[in-house]
Amino acid sequence: MARILMKGNEAIAEAAIRAGATNYFCYPITPQTEVAEYLARRMPEVGGVFLQAESEIAVGNMLFGAASTGRRVFTSSSSPGISLMQEAISYIAGAQLPCVMLNIMRGGPGLGGILPAQSDYFQATKGGGHGDYRVLCLAPSSIQEAVDLTMSAFRLAEKYRNPVMIVGDGMIGQMMEPVEFPDTFDAGDPTANEAWAATGARGRKPRIIKSLFLDPLKLEENSLTLHRKYEQMKAEEVRFERYKINPKNELLIVSYGTMARICQTAIDELEREGVSVGLFRPISLFPYPEKELREEVDAKNIESILVIEMSCGQMVEDVERVVQGVKPVRFFGRTGGIVPSPEEAKEQIKNLLKKSARAKVGRTTGSVSKRARKG
Amino acid sequence: MHIEQAHKTIFRRPESLAETVTHYCPGCTHGIIHRLVAESLDELGLRERAVGVAPVGCSVLIYNYFNCDFLEAPHGRAPALATGFKRIRPDMIVFTYQGDGDLASIGMGEIVHAANRGEKITVVFVNNAIYGMTGGQMAPTTLAGQITSTCPHGRDTSVTGYPVRMSELLATLVTPGYIERVSVHSPMHIIRAKKAVRRAFEYQTSGTCFSLVEVLSTCPTNWGLTPTEATKWLEKNMFSYYPLGCFKQPDSAGVR
Ligand SMILES: Cc1ncc(C[n+]2csc(CCOP(=O)(O)OP(=O)(O)O)c2C)c(N)n1
Ligand code: SF4
Repeated sequence: MARILMKGNEAIAEAAIRAGATNYFCYPITPQTEVAEYLARRMPEVGGVFLQAESEIAVGNMLFGAASTGRRVFTSSSSPGISLMQEAISYIAGAQLPCVMLNIMRGGPGLGGILPAQSDYFQATKGGGHGDYRVLCLAPSSIQEAVDLTMSAFRLAEKYRNPVMIVGDGMIGQMMEPVEFPDTFDAGDPTANEAWAATGARGRKPRIIKSLFLDPLKLEENSLTLHRKYEQMKAEEVRFERYKINPKNELLIVSYGTMARICQTAIDELEREGVSVGLFRPISLFPYPEKELREEVDAKNIESILVIEMSCGQMVEDVERVVQGVKPVRFFGRTGGIVPSPEEAKEQIKNLLKKSARAKVGRTTGSVSKRARKG
Repeated sequence: MHIEQAHKTIFRRPESLAETVTHYCPGCTHGIIHRLVAESLDELGLRERAVGVAPVGCSVLIYNYFNCDFLEAPHGRAPALATGFKRIRPDMIVFTYQGDGDLASIGMGEIVHAANRGEKITVVFVNNAIYGMTGGQMAPTTLAGQITSTCPHGRDTSVTGYPVRMSELLATLVTPGYIERVSVHSPMHIIRAKKAVRRAFEYQTSGTCFSLVEVLSTCPTNWGLTPTEATKWLEKNMFSYYPLGCFKQPDSAGVR
């Protein structure tokens, strides 16, 4: 199929339809409302379900009910809206149902702002709702990647019967890029879910889709079943990209999504100036590419790691967990909806390289830069 | 008279009810309401395409007592689950079973909007004027002056407002719907309640409209009364504030 120029939000919406997710529930919130607007037009064309609910609390729960049918279901929102869906996400994970949710993140906390941010990392990867559960979380850094990940998200959701969250930010949602949709896409057999879905107790025992287990042993059993799925995700679903990593690098950058893309530009420019830096980009935020990142960190020449995020430092905690203090982990972040420029990233990288050239000692863990704090 | 005729079964457990013992307190009318729902499903031949949505409240385990598919909703959200399900499977019969704390408090938003969208679902709304499961706290439906564990001196309407009449409130919506309030505290009322529940399912089966039956119910345990006293208390105190009757039917709907 030819490449077409599309806005991120609309491309993701189209990808969901092509993946067979013809059931969409939503509530408007900037900067992702184009997903809803696009699907309001598109869903009727494909005979799908489009419903604008009264709140994100209702959306999350409509998704819960809708997923119980065994059909592919989808929603999209932005930070404060995703917060309201946390109740349902916990229940959906507990009841082991598949669904795909898109979070086009904006600055927070609270009403925050409407510009791009990456400050929902903790919420997306560490739970958000109550209970022992995880959400499989994918972070694209281009519109094409957002399309591809959205399409595979539905199959992953069904493989694990678990919510899958795509996290982008206002930039991914709002910018335009050429994208290509696969000519053919095997959306899988949607009737396969009829083995567990609520379809009416005709000629079989009634099915109960629930997350309540008053017997602690039964609840523990359910939590352990969930836990085993998350372990399987760790073994099978880790995704990441290495960019210009070479054995001579002294500094390793770790960044994801839009921010990683900006780092790539900075790295390209530095390369032209004769400075060589590599980037490790986690694509799956849960499961986190722990082993793979650790291999890069352990490379002989690497002296320090620089984490760059559009937040006050959230993923940096996962990086520190992986690095386990063997090398210094530094952090640079802007937040509040400010997208650092490649120049700003370059400056951070250069300063750090200069510093480590001056004093190849010390293990100072970085914090939000002074500039970022002022911003 | 033939012996077969003499032994004709005239009363049995509805097929839609599972053969099990419920956990409800003695004298609690949740069990009667379950039976009315099950009988309606049986009579209309709906069991095999029915999916119930369980609430959070004393009837949270309702799925163990029914013989059909069931989903279990977060507190108050049953109408949203039912909406999601029914929109995708309009061929199935979807009903929620909700207490007053569930539907009129935390789930106020979900029920109002499901009704206003005219979701083709059936809601069985059990009003016992109290939170049963958590041990007798004030509900939005608790009567003025009624004593509960969180209004030990009686509900003070200057502080907490007046009890919410859900049927009347929902009947103000323009969207066509069927809304009736019934009671199950006496055999005569049970027979009337049954008609309403059945009618509610019929409106769904024919794809006509949203339907809700509010059922006045007893909570002897948290009212601190014997089952017999409880039925008397219901009649004496609830009837005047929660009048029985049909508040809305599809034919009477229209822009006011
Ligand atoms: C989010 C949330 N808040 C509070 C509770 C605790 N809770 C369980 S049942 C209940 C009240 C239910 O009362 P009602 O709906 O009137 O049903 P009844 O028990 O009287 O049948 C509450 C507050 C909960 N489970 N979830
Ligand atoms: S607490 Fe009240 S509502 Fe709950 S089962 Fe007992 S009597 Fe019924």
